[in-house]
Amino acid sequence: MAEITTLHYLVVAAALLIIGTIGVLTRRNVVIILMSIELILNAVNLNLVAFSRLYGLHGQIFAIFIITDAAAEAAVGLGIIIAFFRNKETINVDEADLLKW
Amino acid sequence: MNPVATPIFFYGLSFAAIAFAIAVITRRNAVHAALSLIGTLISLAGLYLMLYAPFVAAVQIVLYAGGIMVLFLFVIMLVNLDQNIREIQFNRQWLVGLVVALALGGLLLFVIRQGKVIFPLHEVADLPEGINTQMVGMTLYGPYMLPFEIASLLLLVAIVGAVVMAKKRI
Repeated sequence: MAEITTLHYLVVAAALLIIGTIGVLTRRNVVIILMSIELILNAVNLNLVAFSRLYGLHGQIFAIFIITDAAAEAAVGLGIIIAFFRNKETINVDEADLLKW
Repeated sequence: MNPVATPIFFYGLSFAAIAFAIAVITRRNAVHAALSLIGTLISLAGLYLMLYAPFVAAVQIVLYAGGIMVLFLFVIMLVNLDQNIREIQFNRQWLVGLVVALALGGLLLFVIRQGKVIFPLHEVADLPEGINTQMVGMTLYGPYMLPFEIASLLLLVAIVGAVVMAKKRI
């Protein structure tokens, strides 16, 4: 079999990013939308680490920063979900219309 | 050091990652989706190991699969999903969303095809994996000192924000 190059990793990362985008755009459940955002962040991480093999360590450092950001985003997002569920007794995004006029 | 059986591991891990990711966005039960997401994260940690990044792989397992997913499971437990399972899982614009996402995928593949000429994507560099953690630490506390401190501030703000959001009465 042929040797695995950076190109292979880029294609896998693109596939993960597309799956995450489909999840964000089509699901109604907010928790699963947040999980799809985690999928997108992981696709970006895979890209960064794959390029860090060619261009030095900076990609890995950025991947660590993105993991930190994902932790912060998940904490705040899930807090918002809990507050929303307390107000509306649902977690479907299309029923979140408090700001709609 | 020469890696052994690299293509088999690569194709196995990436197939597992993509299959678990598809399971994440199609499962009806949110707990099943969270467990599938853990599968994706662990497969990606294996891919990081194959890319000579053992520190990022360890951080991925400890922080993502260990920390963030526990947070997700806690929230799934707190919000009652019993009636949500019986509802329609996809919104009304799902066809448009699917088309837009697939168009984005076609664009990405086109860019990757074109970028083969510009980027040296076919070279395979050999990085020293034995001192990877040491080099990451030196870089993180050297040139990336200020972003590191800003990240700690961001985490503090996120903790305060999460507590304020989830608290009943402030």
